[in-house]
Amino acid sequence: MIYLALFVLGTAIAETLGPGRLLEGVSAAKSLVISGFEWFGDLGMFCARLVRAALAPPYELGELVRQCDSIGSKSLPLVALAGGATGVVLSLQIRDSLTRFGAKSLLPAVIVFSIIKESGPIITGLVLSGRVGAGIGAELGSMKVTEQIDAMEASAVDPYRFLVATRVLACILMLPLLTLAADFCGIFMGWVANTLAEPISLQLFLENGFKNVLFSDFIPPTFKTAVFGFIIGIVACFQGMRTRGGTEGVGRSATSSVVLSSLFVILADVVLVRLILVVYG
Amino acid sequence: MATKIEEKDETPIIISNLHKGFGNQKVLNGINLRVARGETTAVLGRSGGGKSVLLKLIIRLQTPDTGSIRIAGQEITDLDEEHLNEVRKKVGFLFQQAALYDSLTVEENVAFPLSRHTKMSQTDRKQRVREHLANVGMDRDLRKMPSELSGGMQKRVGLARALVLEPEIVLFDEPTAGLDPITAAEIGDLIVELKQKRKITAIVVTHDVQGAKVFSDRMVFLHEGNVLVEGSFDDLQKNKDQFVAEFLGHGSR
Repeated sequence: MIYLALFVLGTAIAETLGPGRLLEGVSAAKSLVISGFEWFGDLGMFCARLVRAALAPPYELGELVRQCDSIGSKSLPLVALAGGATGVVLSLQIRDSLTRFGAKSLLPAVIVFSIIKESGPIITGLVLSGRVGAGIGAELGSMKVTEQIDAMEASAVDPYRFLVATRVLACILMLPLLTLAADFCGIFMGWVANTLAEPISLQLFLENGFKNVLFSDFIPPTFKTAVFGFIIGIVACFQGMRTRGGTEGVGRSATSSVVLSSLFVILADVVLVRLILVVYG
Repeated sequence: MATKIEEKDETPIIISNLHKGFGNQKVLNGINLRVARGETTAVLGRSGGGKSVLLKLIIRLQTPDTGSIRIAGQEITDLDEEHLNEVRKKVGFLFQQAALYDSLTVEENVAFPLSRHTKMSQTDRKQRVREHLANVGMDRDLRKMPSELSGGMQKRVGLARALVLEPEIVLFDEPTAGLDPITAAEIGDLIVELKQKRKITAIVVTHDVQGAKVFSDRMVFLHEGNVLVEGSFDDLQKNKDQFVAEFLGHGSR
């Protein structure tokens, strides 16, 4: 049945495009697939070089702290705002739905569960993909096109150790901490939105919300964001370090960093959620 | 893979049969070049003729297709990263656009190689940075960011950074390009001063024939990926090659 559908679809496309256009389409698709494989191959080699550089001393602790501040502290207001807004929206939407099913008393638990298990981590991942992905992509891209990275190598300093390893590690360390902040703000603002509609004390809200929460509901989803951090850091640094073509290239690197890191964060989330369910049930 | 530091030949820079291409385009086509200790060699040639590529190959910012490059007695073409960095510490590089780190101040830019490769105390490091900045007349702008500096000032800071580890060899990529004649002459004077005081070995890639006449001991003409002719300015003026005559004629105007 599937083969038949594909055959019909293929014939329809061939008739619409004509033989010449079809060949052009096939060759474009072929080069797209090849460049995709090349991209993953280059990324693999980039990761291998990064691991070699990161494991060998000297360790750039000063730069790591600076990056943790730049990626962590400076993203905190944005992540807190995004987390808080998610809490308000969840509260407004779920209240209505639960009221229809006569299960309004479950509202705190639903808000807490949805925030700690999914909304907090994914919102943090996507916000950081945008802010940090674009920032790193543009910063390293502009360093590349203005020969600052060459200057660093000429000074016998490995840019993979000084620039890339510190940024990737800072992303890995900061994402779980920022997720905690998003979770906190989401739950708190969920309570605020709830209590404005129907007053409830914060203590009672939290007691109801966390009554059935286990560590296994909280720890794996929070720490899965370390993987998001790795993805954001690696993709943004990789796109930045392979920048070509002046300021236009820098723009392309910033955009592609955001698009690719967001995409891979969402795909990784699907895999990780499935994995967590398999491991923790 | 070479791992031991070899110190046999005294000549600091020896390039033999060096080839480099990008795709189908051949940029360097079997270059041979020796630069003696304390000598300043100017490399001249048309834009896009592979002069900057040659400099980048010398500290392996790019890898050659084939050929040999010996720096301070060490073959660098097949050297591992750790030993390559030991060689790089002996070489200072002034980039065409200075390539100062945007996020660091003038002082931090010059201190960067020192903080990575020496165990100097902070006071000694500051002292050394200030001395080197004073040598290029930039010691009053320590706290400024690179974006606050003019092109000439950036080149001076870049020069201070290239020299702060007190290298034996210095590579200059278009040190006077894009500068007004007065600033260009000042940079030229700094190169002469450096040569006289520190006896450094230098390669200066430039289009500036008049400048090269002042600061170089020898000129090398690159044409179509190879050394067309080399010698002093006077030797080159006597050369009958049309390209050399045309280049010197236009450059001397």
